[in-house]
Amino acid sequence: MDKTINQKAWFLVLPVFLVVAFSAVLPLMTVVNYSMQDTFGNNQFFWNGVGWFKELLDPSTDLGGRFLASLGRNLFFSAVILAIEVPLGIIVALSMPREGWSVAACLVILALPLLIPWNVVGTIWQIFGRPDIGLLGYVLNHLGFNYNYVSNEVDAWVTVIVMDVWHWTSLVALLCYAGLKSIPDAYYQAAQIDGASRWAVFKAIQLPKMNRVLLIAVLLRFMDSFMIYTEPFVVTGGGPGNSTTFVSIELVKIALGQFDLGKAAALSLVYNLIILIVCWVFYTVMTNAGSERPVKEGAA
Amino acid sequence: MARIDLVDLAQSYSGNDAPPESFALKPVTMTWRQGGAYALLGPSGCGKTTLLNLISGIVTPSRGKILFDGQDITPLSTQKRNIAQVFQFPVIYDTMTVGQNLAFPLKNRGIAKAEVDARVKQIADLLDLTPYLNRKATRLTADAKQKISLGRGLVRSDVAAVLFDEPLTVIDPELKWQLRSKLKALHRELDLTMIYVTHDQTEALTFADTVVVMHDGRVVQSGTPAELFDKPAHTFVGYFIGSPGMNIVPAEVSGHEARIDGHVIGLHRNYGVLPAGKKIEIGVRPEFVDVAAPASGLLSATIERIDDLGRIQFARVRIGNTKLAARVPPGFSISGDTAGLIFNPANVHVYADSHLVEGVA
Repeated sequence: MDKTINQKAWFLVLPVFLVVAFSAVLPLMTVVNYSMQDTFGNNQFFWNGVGWFKELLDPSTDLGGRFLASLGRNLFFSAVILAIEVPLGIIVALSMPREGWSVAACLVILALPLLIPWNVVGTIWQIFGRPDIGLLGYVLNHLGFNYNYVSNEVDAWVTVIVMDVWHWTSLVALLCYAGLKSIPDAYYQAAQIDGASRWAVFKAIQLPKMNRVLLIAVLLRFMDSFMIYTEPFVVTGGGPGNSTTFVSIELVKIALGQFDLGKAAALSLVYNLIILIVCWVFYTVMTNAGSERPVKEGAA
Repeated sequence: MARIDLVDLAQSYSGNDAPPESFALKPVTMTWRQGGAYALLGPSGCGKTTLLNLISGIVTPSRGKILFDGQDITPLSTQKRNIAQVFQFPVIYDTMTVGQNLAFPLKNRGIAKAEVDARVKQIADLLDLTPYLNRKATRLTADAKQKISLGRGLVRSDVAAVLFDEPLTVIDPELKWQLRSKLKALHRELDLTMIYVTHDQTEALTFADTVVVMHDGRVVQSGTPAELFDKPAHTFVGYFIGSPGMNIVPAEVSGHEARIDGHVIGLHRNYGVLPAGKKIEIGVRPEFVDVAAPASGLLSATIERIDDLGRIQFARVRIGNTKLAARVPPGFSISGDTAGLIFNPANVHVYADSHLVEGVA
């Protein structure tokens, strides 16, 4: 088939191009510009080349040490919440009713945490966990657990993780539920006929059919948790010490606390790049997971 | 392997207290012989899928019992009943290979690996699936997928029956024919009771040795294809089976005579005096009505059009408001738009309120 060539089509792309340019490309280029320079305020800038990037990746410098430590914490945090929220979300979705009035009730209850703004979630848990007036903190201490997220690192981590699970498991559950709902009844009936156990039904039907939505869920939850800022900032402020200081918190400290725009710009570029790469890897791996691999003839 | 008996079986989706007329399946009592090839034939919504799902246990009946070899299995779950079912749309376990798909029903029942492999191999051979055994099932064509579904239905050798719920709907017409012959061959080979649901009469008549016709939640007739054709027990059967369907004409019947529009048609049997207040009709297949030149002794009709089916021509005619189809005898050419109709008395049946009335010879 011959393609029709019509240069006027470029005009149709122009609005999108302009919007994206002003909302994304130009600000990003400003950041790239900053990342190559140093400033001492007063709008005076000095060329620094790739100096910040070198420092960023060298753990012996102050910047590099802080970045790599917070990056490690962030990856650990994302791994933990994914390991909890994905299986938990699947379990919640599986145990939800399939029809009747209770479906609507479940959906509303599940959606509630998702509707609460981040800083409100942070505030809720900040108060909830306080040993003096918070319901959770008070009860735990009363029962003999020495729980205090302000002074104990482990307690701070547990609080931040439980808060994230509370806030976001619903998202995974809702996505999985949508995936489950799209499975035709015939599959369950066929499985019954085939004498499949509950576990076999899950493994052979439900999990493969949830594949796609789980990919989306994992991507969303990874990106969100890797960018997390507000909730831990409100609850722990990154403490005690630096124990819950994630990359974003570190970034804000450098950019707005110390006004080191060059360092902050370099850090945010690397941060951005990591998210892009990880998402790309996730996506490629998971979309190829279900596809056919060459099978040897005669293999069992 | 078993004989299946349905005893007063009925199903209502809106509860047992719903009015009997609203039942999806009205009470039915019948027997399915071990090793038979049955077709459940009827239009959409006539209750045939409901009946099938009751037998397989996907639906629990509102009333009545199901017996396998005389044993009441009504309360048993699908898993515990020894039954296989193939659905309208192919059901494939995506993560498994074709071979694993076929082995799934056997593995779930804890059958030894050697036996599973042998059986899978046999079924794959019969269905021409052997080259695909190690392939993932997801990327195959619709008919290959449906073959896998069929295979999973047939792979268990000990089932009481294999139920097919319009399994060839998604298959191309050319392959449909092949698969149907394949099924028929499999039936002979495997000695399984098969119940095949369809709304396509050709499919039913070619597959089954007993066709069960359903209409509006009732089983209206069950018999061989020839019986259904020659002596429909219900006007619906006459109309639904055959192409074109049976002519149903309101008439007055007494003794050896039927009267249409005052014109008398002779009957082979004596019907005596039929009860008053019932709707009396005669039914005759188009194959047994011939058009002829108008003559004073013949029932005359207006010709509307001629359908040429190649080997045979049917004239569509009208008597008053009643439409009929009639055979055009070979070599007969129609002139004008009226014709006389010649009925073959041996094949004229009498129906009272849609049910066949048996005359006395």
